[in-house]
Amino acid sequence: MAEGIRDKVAVLGMGCTKFGERWEASAYNLMVEAFVDCLADAGIEKKEIQAAYLGTHFDEVNVSKGATPLSMTLRLPFIPVTRTENFCATATEAFRAACYSVAAGVYDIVLALGVEKLKDTGYGGLPDITSVDGFMTGCNATAPGAFAQLATAYHKKWGVSMETIKDAMAHISAKSHANGAMNPKAHLRRAVTEEQIKAAPMIAYPLGLFDCCGVSDGAAAAIVTTPEIARSLKPNQDMVKVKSLQVAVSSGEEAGYTAWDGAHFMTTRVAAAKAHEEAGIKNPREEISMMEVHDCFSITELVTMEDLHISPKGGACDDVLNGFYDLDGQVPCQVDGGLKCFGHPIGASGLRMIYAMYEQLLDRVPEERKVKNPRLGLTHNLGGTPAWNVCAISIIGKD
Amino acid sequence: MAGICSYGGYVPRYRLNRGVIFGAIGWVNAANIANARGEKAVANFDEDSITMAVAAGIDALGGIDRSKVDGVYFASSTLPYKERLNAGIVTGALGLEDQVRAADFTGGLKAGTTALLAALEGAESGRANNLLVTAADSRLGKPASPQEMIFGDAAAALLVGKEGVIAEFKDSYSVTYDFGDHYRGAHTKFDAQWEDRWIRDLGIDQFIPEAVNGLLRKTGLQVGDFAKVIYPVHYPAARKKLAKVLGIAPEAEQTNLQMEVGESGVAHSLVMFVHALEEAKPGDKILVVSYGSGCDALYFEVTEEIEKVRDGRGISAALANKAELDSYTKLLVWRNILPADFGKRSEEDHWTRFSAVWRIRKMLLGLYGGKCTECGTPQIPAQDICVNPECGAVGTQEPYRFSDKLGHIASFTGDNLAASPDPPAIYGQVEFEGGGKFMFDFTDCVLDELSPGMPVTMSFRRKYYDEARDISGYFWKAVPAKEVK
Repeated sequence: MAEGIRDKVAVLGMGCTKFGERWEASAYNLMVEAFVDCLADAGIEKKEIQAAYLGTHFDEVNVSKGATPLSMTLRLPFIPVTRTENFCATATEAFRAACYSVAAGVYDIVLALGVEKLKDTGYGGLPDITSVDGFMTGCNATAPGAFAQLATAYHKKWGVSMETIKDAMAHISAKSHANGAMNPKAHLRRAVTEEQIKAAPMIAYPLGLFDCCGVSDGAAAAIVTTPEIARSLKPNQDMVKVKSLQVAVSSGEEAGYTAWDGAHFMTTRVAAAKAHEEAGIKNPREEISMMEVHDCFSITELVTMEDLHISPKGGACDDVLNGFYDLDGQVPCQVDGGLKCFGHPIGASGLRMIYAMYEQLLDRVPEERKVKNPRLGLTHNLGGTPAWNVCAISIIGKD
Repeated sequence: MAGICSYGGYVPRYRLNRGVIFGAIGWVNAANIANARGEKAVANFDEDSITMAVAAGIDALGGIDRSKVDGVYFASSTLPYKERLNAGIVTGALGLEDQVRAADFTGGLKAGTTALLAALEGAESGRANNLLVTAADSRLGKPASPQEMIFGDAAAALLVGKEGVIAEFKDSYSVTYDFGDHYRGAHTKFDAQWEDRWIRDLGIDQFIPEAVNGLLRKTGLQVGDFAKVIYPVHYPAARKKLAKVLGIAPEAEQTNLQMEVGESGVAHSLVMFVHALEEAKPGDKILVVSYGSGCDALYFEVTEEIEKVRDGRGISAALANKAELDSYTKLLVWRNILPADFGKRSEEDHWTRFSAVWRIRKMLLGLYGGKCTECGTPQIPAQDICVNPECGAVGTQEPYRFSDKLGHIASFTGDNLAASPDPPAIYGQVEFEGGGKFMFDFTDCVLDELSPGMPVTMSFRRKYYDEARDISGYFWKAVPAKEVK
């Protein structure tokens, strides 16, 4: 009988670069920056790393395929290195693989590193990845347009007015800007008002500029090990352990079968239920201390609050507008600024989110952006579009 | 006796007031003010002769079993492909069987009536039945030229056969001349013409009477016997003169739609014919004359069956579906005359893999998906394994055509980030009545007028144009409709 991942793996160290338009840095520079940060935190030597996983998504504009970009950049000494790729869940997949390697008892100390260099396209938004079939039959769609449709479908499904949805979306973005403004590693560090957000130029109806996350360069890394080794290496520090790791991937039902309403993520609902169970969480609304969710667009964050089984279905706008997810709310969300302001280098984001939870759990953040007494932190990635996607959820915590 | 069994028409939704053209570029040629009256129909950026011919063909095939169609003759002087059968693309888009005869008719502007004659004579021979003739044109005049004002985009379609004939084909008379009044070389984008006076005095004043009189002599009829006479001449003075010379009564003169559509080249005499059939009464004799490198004159007599196809199909309905194109520069940009900057994203290169096109041809051209024989779920694309999570049967998909199904908007957006020739790119999820859903580009619509649940019909459009390789790629888009026929 499978037991799940709960408490079998500890996070020994983490690192994260500054995210942003890193014109001066290549993906290779970013990998080194995150790795050096991570290795110092772990307090070990490079030669103690027994295996590594590289997460990176856009090989078209980035480091190309395979695992050699990581091994050759970090000069890893002929150890097993594997590349993971799964849309925006890419880094969480690298982390999951590293954790499973340790939990399986195959390796003691494993590195997971996610990196993305997006700002080499010459245009805004994500790079074009239209496939051979996609450009013949797919829409002339971009990410904001694909996710924007959640809003019209949500309006149709729940009868919530577009005005209320826009108010909630504006609150979501304003909150993330406020959090990001306090974070020196964040891409976008300017607080904006809800009025400014609503007055911004339209990107894809009803999403304005401030409803869309940053397109950023960056890298993040984790070194994981067994709880026993973590305890022996860091006897005087709180131990951050992995409580659950879940992934759910679309079957194609959403895109091709009329049962799906277009107003929620089927994958997230499945992955979240399994993650809560794996972590032993009975009531996520009460037990989750804080979250980093996939706020690629404000509307994504809005519906995700329901799909994570925290806000009632059709009731996320109320929670959002009541401040439930604000930094001083009951379940602070996007405490580091989120994809919205910390930035979203696709293949690094999953590890960046875990990093945000990790630094809160270890009480390493300044007072102004500290979550009170955090115990469990949840991270959530959603890659693809609402109609077909990959969802990854991780929960880490300290006992 | 062979004849017309059904008709269809198409006029693109956009109309450009000729005064807008003159206001923008009339300074080049002040005399062009004489042409700056009325409106011209302008194909949207995602339309061309193939898509307009398909639209007219769908109109003509309403209520008709498509498996009964034996052939498709497509006439146009603006064929998107010199090699690759344009009529083959039309055939696929109309969802016809693979075992049909199809041909392109092109060159002179009388190609439309010549295609019609070929179909009529084929049907009369008894060796083919239900031949669809479709004609479309989208000719370009140079900016500031008279042709830019005069030409308009439109299409017509006529189903030809021997059963359920609404207009019997009685006789014809043709003349052919190598007459370079208008010409376009194989590598030339714009129409060129010789002097108007020569075109009028020699071409129109001589060839049309020659064809008409030839037909009258052959049949023993008088011009006065015809309820409608159709001749595509845009010069107002030349039309008057011809009417006088031939003795055409004012009520018999079929409008040339110059103020509403413009001259639609190869399609034009058939567009006028379809327009005439919409109002025709049983027993009416109709004379259809084309003009361009000579003339064809065709004589039809309307039957009692005409009442059966009077269901709103034809040119008038398309004419009524109208939106003003408020910008001359849109026309220039859409026709690739003015090179606008759509940003780096628009420069991403995608090349057509024809082996992949072949594999998905039924979906690309006919919007075929599948219907599961186990659970009955319609789905698109038709994958090997049924999409219904309760079913999941393998290899049970039967072809199921979505192009004629009514859909409803499930979700939508207007995307300003996407590189589109007409931003914002509007698209969304469509749920079909009877089952099945897909995310489509929307076209011929305004973002502000959309709402979830709104009905949509499917329209065959040019999905992309690969300028580097001169490839037009086609697929279906959703057209939101306030009212559905």
